[in-house]
Amino acid sequence: MTRLFHWLFPHPLLTLLLAAVWVLLQNQFTPGMAVFGLILGIIIPRLTVAWWPDRPVGIRVGKMAAYCLLVLWDILVANVEVAWIVLTRPNAKLRPAWVVVPLDLRQPEAISILAGTITLTPGTVTADLSDGGHSLLVHALDTDNPDAVRDAIKHRYERRLKEIFA
Amino acid sequence: MSLEIIGTYAITACLIIGAAFAMIGTIGLLKFNDPMVRLHAPTKVGTIGIGALLLASMIHSYVFSDGSMHELLIMAFLFVTSPISANFISKVNIHRRNCDVPPVPPQDEAWSTLDVPEDEVEVAPAK
Repeated sequence: MTRLFHWLFPHPLLTLLLAAVWVLLQNQFTPGMAVFGLILGIIIPRLTVAWWPDRPVGIRVGKMAAYCLLVLWDILVANVEVAWIVLTRPNAKLRPAWVVVPLDLRQPEAISILAGTITLTPGTVTADLSDGGHSLLVHALDTDNPDAVRDAIKHRYERRLKEIFA
Repeated sequence: MSLEIIGTYAITACLIIGAAFAMIGTIGLLKFNDPMVRLHAPTKVGTIGIGALLLASMIHSYVFSDGSMHELLIMAFLFVTSPISANFISKVNIHRRNCDVPPVPPQDEAWSTLDVPEDEVEVAPAK
């Protein structure tokens, strides 16, 4: 029974996500649309399962939702901060710096989420990954202490991602 | 005050906020002089700029017609894809040596963008 379930739903969360995206695309909620979305959500992961062999299992959905809210709030704050720097800081007074963030995360999916989060939040852009995948290269827009930026990223985002992908 | 009037004010506020942030992003793109620094302004300020414009569109559709959820999808796809373009641009900057050379990674040998054979290195012409 569980084997049949795993065969039919190789990725249950992806099934739900695809169904939700389908309903949102239709722009109105009818039972027929929900059923069709669910059918698509079953067929697409089933057909593509062979190309995603080491997918993460056991993602904590509740913690993921909390993480998304935290990132959204940080994006709002970051936007105001960067806008303020753009408008008030002359070029000569800007202190850009490279920050190297050593990674404890190992899953590629988790590292991609961390890299995307860093790019979307306060004055930092992910520039590169080291060839062995052990550190991220981050560019900070304006900082007097690159180590503090690194610790903030590790403590605020990476620690939470480690819990999500435990 | 009726719902329409409140809705109109909310839409106007969202449009002004969105347009202002989009404009600040463009100012940053023009003002900064280093390629890596220039990347910061549009990638970040652009997200809230477009987000506020989409919110205005959503409020408009809910107040004046049946309502629309497409904007949520646009926002979700935008947030997923915008870091990738920023990443590509910074990789080009590193590859063409347009910016300061980044420090060597602690555990590995090199940054993956710089991990190319010597004869394939493409250096940007001096300004």
